[in-house]
Amino acid sequence: MDDFKPQIVAFCCANCASSAANVSHDMKKVLPDNIKVIQVPCTGRIETLHLLKPFEEGADGVYVAGCQADSCRYISGITKAAKRVAQVKGILEGLSIEPERIDVFHLSAGKGQEFVEVADRMVNTVKGLGPVLTA
Amino acid sequence: MIVAESKPIKELLEMVKDFKKILVVGCKGCVTVCNVGGAKEVAILASTIRISGKKEGLDVVVGEHTLERQCDPEYINELKDVIGDYDAVISIACGVGPQFLSERYPDTRVFPGVNTKFMGGAVEHGVWSERCAGCGTCVVHNFGGLCPIARCSKSLLNGPCGGSSNGKCEISKDVDCVWDLIVTKMMEQDRLDELIEFQAPKNWTTARDGGPRKMIREELVK
Repeated sequence: MDDFKPQIVAFCCANCASSAANVSHDMKKVLPDNIKVIQVPCTGRIETLHLLKPFEEGADGVYVAGCQADSCRYISGITKAAKRVAQVKGILEGLSIEPERIDVFHLSAGKGQEFVEVADRMVNTVKGLGPVLTA
Repeated sequence: MIVAESKPIKELLEMVKDFKKILVVGCKGCVTVCNVGGAKEVAILASTIRISGKKEGLDVVVGEHTLERQCDPEYINELKDVIGDYDAVISIACGVGPQFLSERYPDTRVFPGVNTKFMGGAVEHGVWSERCAGCGTCVVHNFGGLCPIARCSKSLLNGPCGGSSNGKCEISKDVDCVWDLIVTKMMEQDRLDELIEFQAPKNWTTARDGGPRKMIREELVK
């Protein structure tokens, strides 16, 4: 298990989370290299299928990093994304896969430190769970 | 529209556990509108089954197809060249779909992927409510445009009953008493006196009580 390097897909809002990523870059904070970042104009555009496909393709974890719920650039994007994440948690549970493998995080533009902390937290959680697929 | 909900994924997987090639078939009709059986939901269910297959180490092939409608034979025919490539079909149309598929392709195992709930409409985004019981003799004009058969828990034609309280039905705080709505609507239309007229017991032979129903329109029959 110690050698296990989980593959994680991060859907990041182009507003809050990506600005936080830039701040973290300026702070010389490095994102783990096993996180694949997919930038989206708004997390509200992320469909349920988008969240499932990484698991189908072999990812061990998925997370959405978007705005604070009360200051979403597009008002309700992150709220919608959170509901879809909850739906996928239910689907994973139905497959006897740990729902902790998917999560949603609320960031704001200046939180460069937290952007990296969220990634590290997700890596540690998924690493503790082990690989999701046997094939 | 006909409103349906997805079957629990565990129940579905149990149904198709012995099959390695599965075709998920959606419908562009009612179940697309109620977000349970259209192309999007076909892709979600197919992906879910593939994830399950990979998790269990099984080599499962899952195909996706969405028909214009599953309640018309000409659209069901679209599958004739592909259905033979699969061991089983999951239809996520209403209950009509899996039956039409089974009738057209008798050698194929067809499974229902949704539970058909009722005829109704969207009262807000993501919320559907029953409006019609398909009784075969519509009488909503007598009740302010509201159907006491579908929307009263007792289907009372001479309501309300004693279970109506503050506009709600005694079965649940979340269920409006349709008779409260009917009386309010008739008062607004200054037609309350029409409710004094006794409604005779309904002839239920046009409803499901008369057995399975069939409709023939001679001008359309070839």
